[in-house]
Amino acid sequence: MQLTVKDMTRIFSFSRTNVGSKVVLAATGAVIFLFLIGHMLGNLQIFEGPERLNAYAALLKSTGKLLWGARIMLLVAVTLHIVTAAKVTLANWRARPVGYTCKKNIETSYAARTMIITGPLVFLYVAYHLMMFTLLKTGPEYSETDVYANVVAAFKMPVISGVYIVAMLILGAHLYHGIWSMLQTVGIGNSRYRRLRRTVAPAVAIVIAAGYIAIPVAVLAGIVK
Amino acid sequence: MKLTLKIWRQDGPSQKGGLAAYPMDDVSPDMSFLEVMDMLNEQLIARGERPIAFDHDCREGICGSCGFMISGEAHGPVKLTTTCQLFMRHFRDGDTIIAEPFRSRAFPIIKDLVVDRSALDKIVQAGGFISARTGSAPDANAMLIPKDKADRAMDAAACIGCGACVAVCPNGSAMLFTAAKIGHLGLLPQGQPERRQRALRMVNKMDELGFGACSNHGECEAVCPKGISIDFIACMNRDYMRASATETMEPVKRV
Ligand code: HEM
Ligand code: SF4
Ligand code: FES
Repeated sequence: MQLTVKDMTRIFSFSRTNVGSKVVLAATGAVIFLFLIGHMLGNLQIFEGPERLNAYAALLKSTGKLLWGARIMLLVAVTLHIVTAAKVTLANWRARPVGYTCKKNIETSYAARTMIITGPLVFLYVAYHLMMFTLLKTGPEYSETDVYANVVAAFKMPVISGVYIVAMLILGAHLYHGIWSMLQTVGIGNSRYRRLRRTVAPAVAIVIAAGYIAIPVAVLAGIVK
Repeated sequence: MKLTLKIWRQDGPSQKGGLAAYPMDDVSPDMSFLEVMDMLNEQLIARGERPIAFDHDCREGICGSCGFMISGEAHGPVKLTTTCQLFMRHFRDGDTIIAEPFRSRAFPIIKDLVVDRSALDKIVQAGGFISARTGSAPDANAMLIPKDKADRAMDAAACIGCGACVAVCPNGSAMLFTAAKIGHLGLLPQGQPERRQRALRMVNKMDELGFGACSNHGECEAVCPKGISIDFIACMNRDYMRASATETMEPVKRV
């Protein structure tokens, strides 16, 4: 399939509309979400011992172009997600310039109302996380090949573990609303699936947050050493 | 019953407004909220003060004229109820009730509790119609419509355009209203020819009028006096996506 200039303009103008922006948020959110699951499954191999995790890390590194392809895709998704989220949120604030003296929240959740806070917090954490392990390699006693040792050394420090755990809880909150919201936005929402919002969405968010949090907890508890 | 009403008073669109407290005695639990407002207005007129402006028409929950925020909820604390059908027995003796106008950039305040909701009419004008043949009435059962489709179309058509959904949306979005209109026509065979153009025209109009986007909070469905489901928003998004992929918006031709 060949994308013509006309198609590109069409996609661009669609992405500028209110519904279109939300579709961009949902699509980019879904890409990041899939990455989060993959990354979590990869990380959880730490419970299988150093050989397994280090071999997995080496495997990732050896894929070269594939790894870069995935990184670029993620970078594009994250950039579009942030730019669009900022644009939508500003437009939404403009649409309700005056608040109420008294307003009850009936159906909305705390997570839903704080998307514009949890999102940037997650971003800040990811920036710090990349500095520690990928870019600047500022982690304690950094080694190129022994990823396992790097992780254990880092999470032995309660501050690093603590920040990580808090960040993953914040991520969980963003996902709790995000999962339900993206399905509804792209039109999969429907009363039959509405239970998703209060059951499946939090369950998935909890599984992801718990999957990540399990690692520092295990290190601190001495299960992984 | 004794009540204290705290009501938003604002002399005009560009004047500064504020809450004013009105203690009320002898409120009957069988009065509707608007009847209490009538009683208060009579007292204000007798005292030589300006009565409170508020919208109302049918007073039987079908026209969509009435509506303001009552203690933080659009149309008050009772579900599936318009302000005119809200009775005082749902409040307790001695309650303080706050009444504020619907707030959204697209709904400028005219006076007190009256806001200009003509933006909703503009959305309907942009595409909330079908083209029908004029002349003698068509045969009643000439067009077969499955029962479930007819029922769902009726559910959507129940929207009375009160604007409560916009008022409670943290984003001042008119998605529920627009989705109800698009869903109602799009479910029926008569609505098919213009279905995609309708989605483009009405949704783009909504953007143009300064309504916000949908963050899927779900507040609109919770306060809607007609129980319009946010499922219709999901359907509208699907229609809009399909239309954006296949068509370019055409202006409405006047004939
Ligand atoms: C771990 C990374 C992230 C994931 C998995 C993620 C996922 C999602 C998903 C699935 C949605 C729902 C989309 C929809 O309603 O259609 C969403 C919404 C949102 N995201 Fe993210 N997001 C992430 C990071 C961020 C970041 C870094 C920001 C920073 C600005 C952000 C800001 C937002 C905002 C403000 C919304 C709600 C927009 C609205 O009002 O509807 N997110 N996110
Ligand atoms: S969808 Fe419900 S709340 Fe919104 S205008 Fe229609 S009747 Fe009123
Ligand atoms: S006055 Fe008609 S719906 Fe309330």
